[in-house]
Amino acid sequence: MPRKEIELPHRVDYLSILDENGRLDRDLEPDIPEDLLLKLHRAMLLGRRFDERMLSLQRQGRIGTFGPIKGQEASQLGAVAALQGSDWMVPSFREGAAEIWRGKSLESFLLYFAGYDEGARVEDNRSDLPIAIPVASQTLHAVGLGYAIKYRGAKQVAMTFFGDGATSEGDFHEAMNFAGVFQIPVVFVCQNNQWAISIPRSRQSRSETLAQKALAYGMPGIQVDGNDVLAVYSAALEAVDRARSGGGPSLIECVTYRMAMHTTADDPTRYRSAAEVEAWAKRDPIPRFQKYLADKGLLSEDQIAAVEDAIKVEIQAAVEEAEQFMKAGADPLHMFEHMFAELPATLQEQREELKRELAAESEEASDG
Amino acid sequence: MAKMTMVQALNLALRQEMEKDDRVIVLGQDVGVDGGVFRVTEGLIEKFGPERVVDTPLAESAIVGTSIGMAVYGLRPVCEIQFSEFSYFNFHQIEGHASRLRHRSQGRYQVPMVLRTPYGGGVRALEHHSDSREAFWAHMAGLKTVIPSGPRNARALLISAIRDPDPVIFYEPKAVYRAFREEVPEEEETFPIGKSRLVQEGKNVTLIAYGAMLHPTLQAAAELREKHGVTAEVIDLLTISPMDDALFTDSVRKTGRAVVIHESPRSFGPGAEVVARLVEKSFYYLQAPIRRVTGYDLIFPLFSRENAYLPNVGRIVRATRETLAA
Repeated sequence: MPRKEIELPHRVDYLSILDENGRLDRDLEPDIPEDLLLKLHRAMLLGRRFDERMLSLQRQGRIGTFGPIKGQEASQLGAVAALQGSDWMVPSFREGAAEIWRGKSLESFLLYFAGYDEGARVEDNRSDLPIAIPVASQTLHAVGLGYAIKYRGAKQVAMTFFGDGATSEGDFHEAMNFAGVFQIPVVFVCQNNQWAISIPRSRQSRSETLAQKALAYGMPGIQVDGNDVLAVYSAALEAVDRARSGGGPSLIECVTYRMAMHTTADDPTRYRSAAEVEAWAKRDPIPRFQKYLADKGLLSEDQIAAVEDAIKVEIQAAVEEAEQFMKAGADPLHMFEHMFAELPATLQEQREELKRELAAESEEASDG
Repeated sequence: MAKMTMVQALNLALRQEMEKDDRVIVLGQDVGVDGGVFRVTEGLIEKFGPERVVDTPLAESAIVGTSIGMAVYGLRPVCEIQFSEFSYFNFHQIEGHASRLRHRSQGRYQVPMVLRTPYGGGVRALEHHSDSREAFWAHMAGLKTVIPSGPRNARALLISAIRDPDPVIFYEPKAVYRAFREEVPEEEETFPIGKSRLVQEGKNVTLIAYGAMLHPTLQAAAELREKHGVTAEVIDLLTISPMDDALFTDSVRKTGRAVVIHESPRSFGPGAEVVARLVEKSFYYLQAPIRRVTGYDLIFPLFSRENAYLPNVGRIVRATRETLAA
């Protein structure tokens, strides 16, 4: 009758390749083509600058509430860079840079957060789901996509994103369990940014890591330095390859930090210290990656300036295009679009009613 | 008396009930250190400590399910679900248990809990932050659904909800949270759950509304009086379920005409129940078809179109005049 330790098929590793001072572990350095490295750098900078521009537009009242991604560029872009175009990406609501990587246009992004449903349209060349606000709910959809991929014998993978807070939701656990049972080709990417609005990671779960939750569901889990794009990419590629080759699901916990507010409606000074934010600012994912690229002779100061300039132009053009669209005004009747494949009679009646109301409203307005 | 916003009045209700009754505990996401994302629970954790003002993990079903357990044990949990749309995560806990435990245990247990949650549009919010789906809860047997319309009745109703022996869904109109201030007495005040309120008397038509929509309804009544010489009787439902039909069926026996206003989708909405009761109880007094001025049967649009979706003063006035002309 022994009492002994049970050996589990998986263990939980921690992976860091490029540390906050830009020191590199050459043994772990992934072999990433130069053009992909530079594309990642540009995407990280674009993510950062676009986020800054969104914040200023929001503060000016030109767009509505949104959740900034500042600080999480590496943890989402490193992951999504391991996908192929035909794979599925299932985001939560703080993966803007990753969505742009996947082909979401900046102007549609702006339109969405300016309150235009048109901005939610997923571009025809992407097979991704739109952002999901109900926390953790989307993880199950990735599992369903993965089930269908397996059923059809396709060589695709589904990757889903969620935060540390999501690991407290039942949907997350149900998704992990389902994926484990059926060995679904899905990659769970947790953006552990330390805060779920005002609740710190330590109050979200007693677990030492979030990655270890994988063990309970019979899949490998790894914790990575989420501000190290090389580590995130390496872990993601391993998980994506495993899923694609029939090895089943994985969980990746990216340890990162939400440098800004939960959303623009939130005031983080109420619940966290400036010192904590400053300490994380020193672990910014972008400067260390720039140093890495410079050390490899791939990126000079001048080249960074050129990328910054090009990004500025790209963002400005998107803002102008979005504002042009908004100037035309939101046709209220659009709200009846995309409700059903065919609009039922009741809704046709209501659409006519709204038309009459709008006509009466404009008549009353012109009567002054 | 102090002039308070609805947020402050709700905070006062919580503070006073917690002072008075140590069974009352508050739990939810960000209700402690952050004081709630709308600040309804501001200052409570400082006063009552983290065991009574519980910042929970991000798990609505857990918040509601554990509230049920606490209530069965004899506590009076007041849980907050940050936005009403996220209470769909805990739907089964309400339908399967909170509303049924009294019956399921054949009277042995009761679930005196309150689920507070902000609802409704008009604040330029993101998707899943503007719905008005009180009909889901109103349709559940064994559950009470309350929607205050102003600071004073919000405070009084919340105290009554906390003291109620049965589970209460307490929908807070977020568009009203800080929209205006009202005198709220420091001394305790309650308002019975299950009672509607006559807001103003009138003789030509009865307007029935609740929550955030009471305010455009009152403005419409003023416009009808000033511009059209029509006096409207206005009734604020306050409790959606169980619905008090005594006031409005009486009123319509007098006026012969009725318009129901709510921002939730029209079909199967609370307005449908109001109309049914009027048909059942005041049919022979009706002089015109009853009108509903409501949200459309749509996914609530993102905010650039929300004003076109929501009922407004003009729509209420036009519908009322059509009713009067019929």
